[in-house]
Amino acid sequence: MQTRARILIPLLAAGLAAAACTGGGGTAAPTPATSQAGSPPAQGNAGALPRNETLYTTGTQWGPPANFNPIREWDSATGTKGLVYETLFHYDPNAGKLVPWIAESGSWTDDKTYEAKIRQGVTWADGKPLTAKDVAFSYGLGKMETVPFHNMWDWLENVEAVDDQTVRFSFSEANYQEWDFNLYSRVIVPEHVWSGRSEEDVLNGVNENPVGSGAYKYQSHDQDRVVWVKRDDWWGKTALGMEPKPKYIVDVANPSNEVAMGMLLQKGLDLSNNFMPGVANLINGNFGITSYYDEPPYMLSANTAWLVPNTTKKPMDDPAFRKALATSVDVKKIVEGVYGNLVKAASPTGLLPQWDQFVDQAVVSSDGFTFNTDEAKKMLADAGYRDRDGDGLVENKDGSKISLTIEVPTGWTDWMEAARVISSSGKAAGIEITPEFPDFNALVEKRGKGNFDLVINNERQLSSSPWTYYDYMFQLPIRKVQNTTNFGRYENKEAWELVQQLDKVKTDDVEGMKEVISKIQKIHMDDMPIIPLWYNGLWAQASNATWKNWPSAAEGAPKHAPAMWRNWMELGGFETLTQLQPAAG
Amino acid sequence: MRQYFGRKLFIYGLTFVAAVTVNWVIPRFMPGDPVASMLARARVSQPEAVEAMRVYYTNLFGFDEPIWQQYLNFWGALFRGDFGISIYVFPVPVTDLIMGAVPYTLGLMIPAVLLSYWVGNRFGAFAARRKLLDNTVLPVGYVLTATPYMWLAVLLAWGFGVVAGWFPIAGGYSFSLTPSWSWTFFVDLLHHWALPFLSLFLVALGGWAIGMRNMIIYELESDYSNYLAALGAPAKLIRRYAYRNAILPQITGLALQLGVLVAGALVTEIVFSYPGIGSLILKAIQNQDFFLLQGSFMFIVIGVLVANFIIDIVYVLIDPRTRTGMAGAQA
Repeated sequence: MQTRARILIPLLAAGLAAAACTGGGGTAAPTPATSQAGSPPAQGNAGALPRNETLYTTGTQWGPPANFNPIREWDSATGTKGLVYETLFHYDPNAGKLVPWIAESGSWTDDKTYEAKIRQGVTWADGKPLTAKDVAFSYGLGKMETVPFHNMWDWLENVEAVDDQTVRFSFSEANYQEWDFNLYSRVIVPEHVWSGRSEEDVLNGVNENPVGSGAYKYQSHDQDRVVWVKRDDWWGKTALGMEPKPKYIVDVANPSNEVAMGMLLQKGLDLSNNFMPGVANLINGNFGITSYYDEPPYMLSANTAWLVPNTTKKPMDDPAFRKALATSVDVKKIVEGVYGNLVKAASPTGLLPQWDQFVDQAVVSSDGFTFNTDEAKKMLADAGYRDRDGDGLVENKDGSKISLTIEVPTGWTDWMEAARVISSSGKAAGIEITPEFPDFNALVEKRGKGNFDLVINNERQLSSSPWTYYDYMFQLPIRKVQNTTNFGRYENKEAWELVQQLDKVKTDDVEGMKEVISKIQKIHMDDMPIIPLWYNGLWAQASNATWKNWPSAAEGAPKHAPAMWRNWMELGGFETLTQLQPAAG
Repeated sequence: MRQYFGRKLFIYGLTFVAAVTVNWVIPRFMPGDPVASMLARARVSQPEAVEAMRVYYTNLFGFDEPIWQQYLNFWGALFRGDFGISIYVFPVPVTDLIMGAVPYTLGLMIPAVLLSYWVGNRFGAFAARRKLLDNTVLPVGYVLTATPYMWLAVLLAWGFGVVAGWFPIAGGYSFSLTPSWSWTFFVDLLHHWALPFLSLFLVALGGWAIGMRNMIIYELESDYSNYLAALGAPAKLIRRYAYRNAILPQITGLALQLGVLVAGALVTEIVFSYPGIGSLILKAIQNQDFFLLQGSFMFIVIGVLVANFIIDIVYVLIDPRTRTGMAGAQA
C-alpha cells in the first residue's frame, strides 16, 4: 500500500502541473495570432521588442486595457486617443494657442459659422484618405443621446462637408470658449468603418483593431499592457514635420507605487505618470531620473484640488462661514508635510499658473484670503459663530453644534493626510471637522446626490480656457444628481450668467475674457462657493537610461507636458514623443 | 465506500450552494452603486444623456429586475458558464478575463503547494532527532512560517529584484515580449515566475517542516517504535514507519491550509503585479465590479472544493484505517 501512496503523490503533481501547463498554453496561443496580424516585430529576436526602440510608460491605465473605442474617452486603452485617433487641433498650454493638426486652419466666417480646412494627404491606417466627410461624420456622432459629448448639439446646429477639404459648423449659439475646447478634444473617426455602427456599438463597442489616422497602430495587448507600433506612413511626417521617435510604445497598467518605482530604477520604465511620494529623493540623487523642474515643485501643475463645501447645508450656506473655513486651512502644511513640496499651494482664485494672466490681482488682494488661524477665529466671531459651551469649538448661530465631516476616498493616502491636516487646522480655528474615508464609489454616489459636508475634488484639468473651471464651479441648474460639476450645489444666477457670457467671448479677445473673469473672480472671492487648496502636479518622472531630452525647465529642453494621461496627448504628450532622443548614440 | 463519498459529495454540494449565495450577496451589500460610478467616470453632465445611459446599463447588467429574479438568473448563468460582462473592463466578458488570469495563478499555486509540502515533510522528517539540523531547521522554520506572505514577497522583490537586479519585479512576462511558443518566452516566463513562487514556497515550507519534525519525534517515542527498537530493528526502518504515521495529520493539514495558501497567493500576486486572479480580485473590489468579483470568487471556491475532494480521496488511499472503517460501515 505504501508504495502505491508514494507513487501517487508525484503522479498527482505531474498531472496537475501538466494541466497547468496546457492551461497556460491555451490562453497564450491566441495572442500571437493577433500580434502577427498587427505587424511582424523583430523576428530574429524571438519576438522581443528591441529596448532601444521601445518606450515604456505607465500611469494612465488602472486595469487591463478594456477597449479601443475613442468615444469611451474615460476607459479606452491608453493612446487610443492621441496615438491612434487624432483631433482637428492640439493645444499648446505654453503659447495658449490651438495648434493645427488634422485641420490646417480654422476660422469663424461669421458670428455663428466656423469653417475648418482639412489638410490634404491625411490618410487612415488602411490607406484611405481622411476628408471633411469623416470630420462631419465624427462630430455628427454627438447627435446620439448616449454619446458623452451629446450636449454640444444643444448649441451646434449643423455640420456639413462643403467639399473634401472644408467642414462648416453652424451654431445656434456660438460658445467660442467651449468650442475651442471641443476642437482639440473630439476625435475624428473614419466614416467608412464607423458608418454602419449602431448607437450601441458606437458607445459600447470594443473596436478591436482600431483604424485611426495617428502615428501609431495597435500591435497587441494583455491583461497588464498595451503595445503600439509606429506607422511608417503617418501623414504628419511631411505635413507637420515631426516624427515620434520610439518605434514601439508599451503602456503598462498601473502597478503599485513600489513596483513602478522599482521598474523605473531597473530602467524597465521610461516614463511614469504616477504620483510617487518622495520621488524628490530620486530626482535629487544620482539615479538618472528627471522631472520637469529639478527643484520644488518638481512637476508642472495639471489641475487644482478644491475643497468643496455643500452649500445646501448649514452652516456652509453662509458665505462668511465659508470664507472663515478657507482662511483656516493650512495649505502650506499640506504642501510641505503631505506632499514634500511636490505640489504648489493654489492661488485664492484656483486658476492654474498657466492662466496667470487671467487672475485679477486687484480683486485677489482686496477680497482674497490667506491662511491665518487668528483671522479665521475673528471672522467666525464677527459672523456670529461663537463658542457657547466652552469646548473650544464654535456653534451655529442658533446654538446647535457644528460637526462637519470631510470625505476623501479610502486608499488615496495623500488626500487622506491632507484631510487630516484640514481637520486639525479647522479645529485650531474652532471648526469641528472629522475626516472620513469611504469607498470611492460610495463617495461618488454621495457627492452626486449632495449627501456630504466637505469633499476634496480635482476633476477639472488644465484646458484652453478658464471657462472650463468656472463651468465646473457655477454650472446651473442644480440637478437631482450632480455628476461632473458644481458638487457643492451653489446657486448664483448672476455668476452663471457671467460664465455663459464668458463662453461667448471670442478666444482671441484676451481683454474681453479678463473683463468677465474679473467679475466672476469677485463673486468667487466674496462668496467662496469652492475653496482652492493646491495645484496637483502633472506627475511625470522619466528615466534617462534609454531615452533622453525629456521636457524640462532647463534651457534648450522641450517645454511640452510629458504626460500619457487621458486627454493630455493633445496638450503636449504627443509632442513630447517627437522630441525624444535615444540615449545611446 | 459509496456511502463515504456520497456523504462527502453532499457536504461539498451544500458548501457550494452556500458559497455561491454568499458570493452573490456580498457585492450587493457593498456601499455605492456601480452604474452610478460608471456614469460619473464617463463625465456626462446632461440629464437626458445620463438618464439614457443609466437606463441602458441598468438594463444591460440586469439590475432592473427584482432581486430574487437576479439571484435565479445568477444560478442559471452559472450553469451556462456565463459570469456576465465586466463593469470595469467594459465590455470584456468576465470568463475571458478569468481564463486569462487562471494559468498564472495555477502555475504559481500548484507547484508551490505540492513542492513545499513534499520538501517540507521530507526535510522535517529528516531533521527530527538530529541535533545539528534540529537546531538550525527549527528556528528557521519558525521564522519562515510566521512570516506574512507579502512581507517576504516585498523583501524578495527588493533584494533580488531592485537591489541585485537578478529578477524582474512585475508582470507575468517581459513587457517587451509577446507570448509565443518559443524558448525565449518560456525562459522569460520562468524568470518572472521564480520570485512569486519562491515567496509562497518558503513560507509554506517552514510550516510543513516544523509540523513533520514534531510528528516524527512524537511517533519515534511511541510504544511501537520503542518495541521495534527493542526487537533490534534498524533505525531506518523505524523512521519509515514513523513517517507513514506522521504523514496523516499533515494531509489533513494540507486540506486546511489550502484556503490560507490561496489567500497568500492572492497577496503575492499583488506585490509582484503578477497577472493572476489575485490582481484581478483587487481591481474588481476597487472598482466595484460585481461580476468580475463573483466570477473570481466562484473560481476560487470551486478550486478549493475540488482540491479538498482530491485530498479526501488521497486520504482513503493512504490510510488503511479509513478503508477498514468504511468496509465495516458497509458490512
